[in-house]
Amino acid sequence: MSDGDCEKCEELLQGYLDRDLTPAEVTIAEGHLGGCEYCRRRYRFEAQLRRYIRTTASERMPAGLMAKLTELRGPTADGL
Amino acid sequence: MSESGATEPEEDAGRRVANEARERVHFEEEALGLADQVYRVARRMVGTREEAEELVQDTYARAFRSWRSFTPGTNMRAWLLRILTNLNTDRGRKIQRTPDQQPLEESDYYLANRLAAVEGEQALEEEQVVERLSQGSVVNALAELPHDFRDVVVLVDLGEFSYADAAQILDIPIGTVMSRLHRGRRILKQALAEETLT
Repeated sequence: MSDGDCEKCEELLQGYLDRDLTPAEVTIAEGHLGGCEYCRRRYRFEAQLRRYIRTTASERMPAGLMAKLTELRGPTADGL
Repeated sequence: MSESGATEPEEDAGRRVANEARERVHFEEEALGLADQVYRVARRMVGTREEAEELVQDTYARAFRSWRSFTPGTNMRAWLLRILTNLNTDRGRKIQRTPDQQPLEESDYYLANRLAAVEGEQALEEEQVVERLSQGSVVNALAELPHDFRDVVVLVDLGEFSYADAAQILDIPIGTVMSRLHRGRRILKQALAEETLT
């Protein structure tokens, strides 16, 4: 496996994780990942990292905010 | 004129008012159901919890006033975040850095390579390798991203919006979403490497 192939794989990897590659690019990325331990480890790492960032940086709405938002609603018409 | 002819327009008007009220209530309920998801995105776009709460309240106040401009059947979460990002810009967020002063980011593999250099290539195989990065460091690294990059990373990677939705929310071309996203993620990984592996 040449370094050029790993560079190409690195370039495609984010798009691959975003499912944003053309079918031809997917073939290149998967063909390379299938045979390259170095890139495969990095692929798994990147996938884990994505999930980790999403869960750790996500903060639930504070208690009490929903009540404040509900107060902003328009007047409720009778009989609805 | 017959009796029915005289009363029908009134009934129509009454029905129209009732229908509109029902549509509005339906809109409000759907919007409130998305509040937690809207807050999660807002929280990472601003510095403090108080600012995020205020921003979400301003967003809902405006959304409830202009509910008629929402097209039923389209993506309401994206519609709400469009309002939110506009308000956030209006709040006088300073225009930071011109493009040539943007940080120079490392390659996509930078964080993985640094980790492998410190802990060995095998460390990358570990099941929970990313948990070496503390929650605080992830939050800090996001907060320190230049806001153009941060908005895109937060919308796509936290909010799980498509490139197309992010482009619409921020009113920028899709190509700009992609380049900011890719560069923003690299800057983020660089910051994480520097913060946790040195």
